Amino acid sequence: MINLADLEAAIRNALPVSHLEIQDQSSGCGESYAIVLVSEAFEGKGTLARHRFVNDLLKDQIAQMHAFSQKTFTPKQYQDLVAKQG
Amino acid sequence: MFRASLQSPIFSLRPSAAKSLTASRVIAARYLSREARAQIQNAVKSSPLVLFMKGTPDLPECGFSRAAVQVLDLHGVPPEKMKTYNVLADDELRRGIKEFSEWPTIPQLYVNGEFIGGCDILLGMHQSGELENLLITSDIIPKVEEQAQASTA
Repeated sequence: MINLADLEAAIRNALPVSHLEIQDQSSGCGESYAIVLVSEAFEGKGTLARHRFVNDLLKDQIAQMHAFSQKTFTPKQYQDLVAKQG
Repeated sequence: MFRASLQSPIFSLRPSAAKSLTASRVIAARYLSREARAQIQNAVKSSPLVLFMKGTPDLPECGFSRAAVQVLDLHGVPPEKMKTYNVLADDELRRGIKEFSEWPTIPQLYVNGEFIGGCDILLGMHQSGELENLLITSDIIPKVEEQAQASTA
């Protein structure tokens, strides 16, 4: 079982995070997570490269999960997104 | 006597047959990865668009795979340009494709032999319009004008 705090620590230790949401979508069994990750480290990187980075970073955890979903944004992209939704 | 001579080779063959079977299994296990890699290499190029999924387009067995199929369907990807592989029907493929793509989850989309991404990326590209562009430039769906004609026809 994957612990939410461990996931968060692994992410925060690896790159500068300006916004992070981790959702346990498994109803408690710890096997399904969705994250929204905003970092300046994603600047200039394509979606595939960002996802590969996160996949690699959380390789051990994802291997133990049933499902993992991610959304990755640069701070600028996230600002635009929030502005659009708001 | 005739009988005996017929029987004896059979009996003597059995243990060796069993042995060679085990031996071939060991060899198979050793070369499995290379063989599986070659098979997957062929699979990703088996059609302009290839989707590795859980279940089939008619009966997806996972919400993420269902979403991927629905998005491709929405763009009108024609069946003759698309091929899907059910990883639940082939455990070797299920493990192999993750290693091959260096991608931990299913579904996985390939266009013209190139890895595009999983469900999150596919949905993101759908929302941004990138997916439509990719499908058009990859000659999988026709340009917008023709498409509009097709949908009114």
